[in-house]
Amino acid sequence: MREVTSADAKGEPGAPSYPGARTPDRLRSVDSFGLRLAVYEWGETGAPVILLAHGGFDFARTFDVFAPLLAAAGYRVVSWDHRGHGDSAHAALYSWEADVRDALLVLESTTREPVHLIGHSKGGAVLTQLALTMPHRVRRLVSIDGMPSRRAHPDVADHERTRLLAEDLAGWLDHRRRAAHLVRKPGTLDDLARRRGRMNPRLPLEWLRYLVTLGARRDPDGWRWKIDPALRFGGFGPFRPEWHLERLPGLAAPLLGLLGGQQEPMGWDTTPEVLRPHLPPGARVERFEDAGHFIHIEQPEPVTKLVLEFLS
Amino acid sequence: MRLQHAKVELALHALRKGSGRPLLLLHGLGERSPDAVPESASPWPGPVFALDFTGHGRSSVPASGGYTAEILMGDADAALTQLEAATLLGRGLGAYVALLLAGARPRQVRGAILCDGPGLAGGGDRPGTPHVALPAPGSSPPDPFVLVELARDVRPPDYATSFVRQANQLAGLPHPVCVCARERPDWLRAVVAEPGVESAPLPEALALYADES
Repeated sequence: MREVTSADAKGEPGAPSYPGARTPDRLRSVDSFGLRLAVYEWGETGAPVILLAHGGFDFARTFDVFAPLLAAAGYRVVSWDHRGHGDSAHAALYSWEADVRDALLVLESTTREPVHLIGHSKGGAVLTQLALTMPHRVRRLVSIDGMPSRRAHPDVADHERTRLLAEDLAGWLDHRRRAAHLVRKPGTLDDLARRRGRMNPRLPLEWLRYLVTLGARRDPDGWRWKIDPALRFGGFGPFRPEWHLERLPGLAAPLLGLLGGQQEPMGWDTTPEVLRPHLPPGARVERFEDAGHFIHIEQPEPVTKLVLEFLS
Repeated sequence: MRLQHAKVELALHALRKGSGRPLLLLHGLGERSPDAVPESASPWPGPVFALDFTGHGRSSVPASGGYTAEILMGDADAALTQLEAATLLGRGLGAYVALLLAGARPRQVRGAILCDGPGLAGGGDRPGTPHVALPAPGSSPPDPFVLVELARDVRPPDYATSFVRQANQLAGLPHPVCVCARERPDWLRAVVAEPGVESAPLPEALALYADES
């Protein structure tokens, strides 16, 4: 493990900063069967552990405001870049199972004691699966808009469904055909921030600019997101969101689910009404009416307060 | 012949040269392409090719797993790009992949023949108890990860039949899928029940698509 030096934290001259954002205290890596995962820690090494998981197409440094708030309350907050994301290695293959396995290896590299889990979006769903798989290693679970409930295709006529699937499939396979040669489009720091803003329309431009300096690298022809260009939004497969919901009642760890009240492109649009029949005993669901998908980024203080109450 | 599928290099073997539409063999879970045209496929009148899936045979073995049947469909699509059009003959897992590709590339796949073989069943119609897939000890190829990850991937019957329906609607063949397999997991039983799906022994299946022009 490497302590972060002042040189790491200083960044480039004129690099954007963001109010409340703090560079991780320690950087290290975990070897997932030959694939290097970048791991970040905030807080004292002897403190109780929170394992914190980001969502798809995000990276751990999107927790630069939220994680220090948790660490300041006396936790060792450990997060990692999912394979192909942020500073982790680009993998040849990506799957749900592989992400769950990577999560377990990061946990294993941290402690054998039970830990708290907090996941956002896909990270919430990954950690929920980890909690169901390894109940003995989990104290409490917080899922931030990470409980899926919507189907890719709402009910449509059968022939229409076939056409929709055909477009998905051909688009995905065409992408695979090109994937060996894909590179991300370069741009100025502001270009990248604005592009990300299309998927994160509720987040301030200053925050998005800050993310570019962490989630992108500066090549001679401009900034490029580090995320593997082989990864692609959408996709298809046999997965059904309701399978996730059907498992929730069996969770042993106390659950806090946070939902945003405002729809936006990356949101999962799950409502408390949809969740209610599936909640395990004692679970609590809180809806932030004025927030979208990135509740912990839009409202870090209220989310931290709620989470800390729940964990204590 | 080497093909590139994203970061993976695939081996496509020409088992028999010739003219006409090729037959593309897709092996089962943990298997590899045969060295010569298997006797059962020898009645095929045209050229015969065989693909090693990612992590199998002479294709590259990536680090750290992450296999899905859909990724292997991408492997088979890379071979299809090379061959332009083909009839698919899949064993086990390769049969499931052949079905997926028949639905995904209905104009290039001129019939998919689904045979018994390792990995035909998959993990059932819905997920079992959640688990973390860790590789069994063993040297690769085959990649120990593929043996564990594609031994229990979920194959809902209505997911499988959506590929049949797509082939039916877009392939322009009277029988875009022919099932030879005697093992009938739920997904395959549902496939067999769809219109346009033929059930026949392999010689008849080969004849069905050999005659199609």
